Amino acid sequence: MSSKLRDLIKTVRSCKTAAEERSQIAKESALIRTAMKEEDLESRQRNVAKLLYIHMLGYPTQFGQMECLKLIVSPSYADKRIGYLGLMLLLDEKQEVLLLATNCIRGDIMNSNQFIVGVSLCAFGNICSTAMARDISPEIEKVISHSNPYIRKKAALCAIRVLRKVPDLTENYIPKIKALLSERNHAVILTALTLIIEICEMDSTQIIHFKKMVPQLVRILKSLTSSGYLPEHDIGGVTDPFLQVKILRLLRILGQNDPEASDAMNDILAQVSTNTDSTKNVGNAILYECVQTIMTIESENGLKVMAINILGRFLLNRDNNIRYVALNTLSRVVNTDIQAVQRHRNTIVECLKDPDVSIRCRALDLIYSLVTESNIRVLVRELLNFLLIADAQFKSELVAKLCIVTEKYAPNKRWQIDTILRVMSIAGNFIPDEVPSNLIQLISSTPELSSYAVQKLYLALKQDITQQPLTQVGLWCIGEYGDLLVADKSQLPKDEDGLSLNVSEQAVIDIIDLIFRHATTTQATRQYSLTSLAKLSSRFSQSSLQRIKTMIDNYKQNINLELQQRACEYSTLFDFDKKASILDRMPPIEKQEESPHIGNKNIPTQTPPQQHYQQQQQQPQQQSSQFGSILDGLDSPTQSSANSGNNNNNNNKQGGNAMSLLEDIFGSAPTPTSNGNMNNNNNMNNMNNNMNNNYAMGGMGMNNNNNNSMGGMMNNNNNNNNNNNNNNNNNKSQASALLDIMGDLQLTPTPQQPQSQSQQALSPTNQTSVLQPVPQPLTFLVYQKHGLNISYECSKPQPNNLSLTNINMVITNTGSSPITNFSLQAAVPKYLKIQLLAPSSTVIPPNNSGEVTQVSKVLNSQQGQKPILLRLKLDFQINGQPFSDVPDTPLPSLF
Amino acid sequence: MIKSILIINNHGKPRLIKFYEHYSEEKQQQIIRELFLLVSKRTERSCNFLEIGNNSNIFDKDTKIIYRHYATLFFIFCVDSSESELSIIDLIQTFVESLDKCFENVCELDLIFHIDKVHYILDEMVMGGLVLETNPTIIFSNYEIQNKLEKAENPLLSGLAGVMQTIKPNK
Repeated sequence: MSSKLRDLIKTVRSCKTAAEERSQIAKESALIRTAMKEEDLESRQRNVAKLLYIHMLGYPTQFGQMECLKLIVSPSYADKRIGYLGLMLLLDEKQEVLLLATNCIRGDIMNSNQFIVGVSLCAFGNICSTAMARDISPEIEKVISHSNPYIRKKAALCAIRVLRKVPDLTENYIPKIKALLSERNHAVILTALTLIIEICEMDSTQIIHFKKMVPQLVRILKSLTSSGYLPEHDIGGVTDPFLQVKILRLLRILGQNDPEASDAMNDILAQVSTNTDSTKNVGNAILYECVQTIMTIESENGLKVMAINILGRFLLNRDNNIRYVALNTLSRVVNTDIQAVQRHRNTIVECLKDPDVSIRCRALDLIYSLVTESNIRVLVRELLNFLLIADAQFKSELVAKLCIVTEKYAPNKRWQIDTILRVMSIAGNFIPDEVPSNLIQLISSTPELSSYAVQKLYLALKQDITQQPLTQVGLWCIGEYGDLLVADKSQLPKDEDGLSLNVSEQAVIDIIDLIFRHATTTQATRQYSLTSLAKLSSRFSQSSLQRIKTMIDNYKQNINLELQQRACEYSTLFDFDKKASILDRMPPIEKQEESPHIGNKNIPTQTPPQQHYQQQQQQPQQQSSQFGSILDGLDSPTQSSANSGNNNNNNNKQGGNAMSLLEDIFGSAPTPTSNGNMNNNNNMNNMNNNMNNNYAMGGMGMNNNNNNSMGGMMNNNNNNNNNNNNNNNNNKSQASALLDIMGDLQLTPTPQQPQSQSQQALSPTNQTSVLQPVPQPLTFLVYQKHGLNISYECSKPQPNNLSLTNINMVITNTGSSPITNFSLQAAVPKYLKIQLLAPSSTVIPPNNSGEVTQVSKVLNSQQGQKPILLRLKLDFQINGQPFSDVPDTPLPSLF
Repeated sequence: MIKSILIINNHGKPRLIKFYEHYSEEKQQQIIRELFLLVSKRTERSCNFLEIGNNSNIFDKDTKIIYRHYATLFFIFCVDSSESELSIIDLIQTFVESLDKCFENVCELDLIFHIDKVHYILDEMVMGGLVLETNPTIIFSNYEIQNKLEKAENPLLSGLAGVMQTIKPNK
């Protein structure tokens, strides 16, 4: 015989250790199991009660589920009561055992004892499953109109549970709801309102059924607000605040986007917001709901002003709960009336200093949406202060927000750089990935500030090198602008807060050395350090060179493959004379977001910023694999540095180049400056190409992961058509290549311009790795038989995506009789994708008197390597005689 | 909708747990621990609301914690965004008043030794995560009537025992 519940609780409470408690519970569970097995009726209720206690402590109680079922089928109310309680706590809707209870619940709902109905409805409302909802819904529909309000209110909530499980049953309940609303019992009205809200939220098309209830709801609300003291409904001096809140909430749903319904509510909302006593929480709960309703529905402007003022009052309230909801609501309405919210800005900023994290969070959200150009300096200063004290969990979110507002509203670039640097030095390692790359992009696109930025970063590094993102940006800038950092600035005019540090080369190398050795430095940062050193070798004087070489050499045997590889590559690089151009300054980095997505499925069009950034960092290494093409990018400052990646994210740029080329050739004369550049570039190109060929050979032994791209290079040289690598060529080589193409096709009537020829002459090697230009739209005859002529008008719709070709098939009839029932189908090899639209007609008039067109689009996944080839299947009739043919129609290989 | 209602004492021991959404026992205990960590470190002057946001792997994103601290007990309601925070504060008050009426000056020990009764009271106030009744007087009277009903049939129960032995649910 097991002990009493009280004894069990006492025993468990007296346990000194968790192990002791576990063993006590295990012992008791065993006793309960035995009692259940022996069908000990007397201890049944007590056992379930004990299981409730055991369950609360977190121990397994599944073995009691059947016992609960046994209890609910008992005719005794006491048994049923504890049985249903156990059922709710020990079972859930996923348990199959629950199905066994379905019949019993159904019976109990129809019981004559209201409390038996009550407990069964309660269990149903808590744990019913979908199948059960379907089974028992008819009973719920009956008892929702029961004469006893105690049952009606429970049935209304059960209806919600049913509808959540089986939404199709909604129609059955809608007619029953109206009666519930005209009820005198407040709890029934409350549950009915909940049911209506639930239906409206599940399916907004149902709202229409309830619109006509607005006057009734207004009436109920009015009687609640105007009735004097009603002891049975009074809570804190307010008549049934729960019901008022619920009505206001439903009015909000019904009045949204409905001027007519909103109009009917204006008066009562004004009444509620002026008459409600705001000294206690209950009154404020009503006001809070009322304000939300006013701001959501189409209310009068005067009312909206009143609502915002209520929130303003809330903000000044001493009770943090009220301030919290005020901030919460303000951030929801900030878009409706930003000016009104701006008035409370100072109060909101004060909330940032609140010791309560919930308040700070809300205030932060709100401030973020209040930032404008005019107040950014003040607000960002506050946000930075908050960043200092913020919990770790908020830091990264806050940093992201700070960066967004800074970028959006910064008064000038210097301020922007300063702010982001400050963010990075405060928030350390909580910075989202894109922040450092955005900062680098910003610095590199603002050459006038690069000296300033590198000095600031140098100072930041001197203070703290443990913050990896900051260190990485610092290293990047020191690498790029090291010469500006060590330059003698005494000659330069000092602007008001400009820096003029005098930094020695040794000091700079010292700090990099320190970063190398520091325990918290990550491998990625070490990679940055290596690249930075390599870059510095061309910026610093000869005296520092030896030290840089030694430092890089130290990493030639590093256990980390990436570092080792870089060190080897860089030290090999020192043996070449031309390394200066490789290590030249990066051109301004273009912003990733600006390149539109291009419908080219073969090549990823976007790289994540971090990767992009990495690629820039790895520039010298990739140069080795990507050949001179990248060096072109380095040499010509006009070209996108995104070239460094072997992706196509500069497709549009490339397309732009190609387009302007066409212009050059076919009309407008190129500008003299660009001519100069071009010549220059090509010279450089050749040299770089040669040099890199050598270098690539030299590096081949160790560059495992470059082998592929080296293969690509060969391919590139041989085949002259690798799209990826072709991206990176400069204007002139495109021009020359284009001329070649045109020449080949004998389609270009335009005379070649002299400087282009000279380009060609100057750059023999470049001809082997040219960018594929956009071919001129082309028309040619592909089929001629039985009087049927088919010609293709081919064009490239997207200059930046050569793999897509539009083919407009023009079909004419030179015969004397019309061609009828014409159908054209096309098949293509696997590397092509074709989309064929319907022909403009199936009848082709005779004697060339009209044409039929059929448009198709072809996507070539191996553009430049394989030609477009269409096999047509033609079916048509001439004078009722059927013809059919299957010709192959290849396009010129360049298309 | 109310997702769960818990009463936890100052030392993190649960005194009532009621979940209106399904969680495994392990998860329930995890929630109790996490909630206790969150609410116990807040000062009395802090507001009674806590947002979960994106940072938790235990709670839904759309979860708000609304709690009140009475003497040795935290009354904690986890709700979704459709509930008004201030109304839930009032509801907690209603719950406490109801308990007070039923137990006459309720204290932690009452909850410990009468866990079933606490559940009965709660079930008269909240059902399936939705508010059923907000009047403590009505909650109390319904609870009392049911207790009387139970007591009235108690002598009957022993007489029925023999009959009930033959009733077994179909498996």
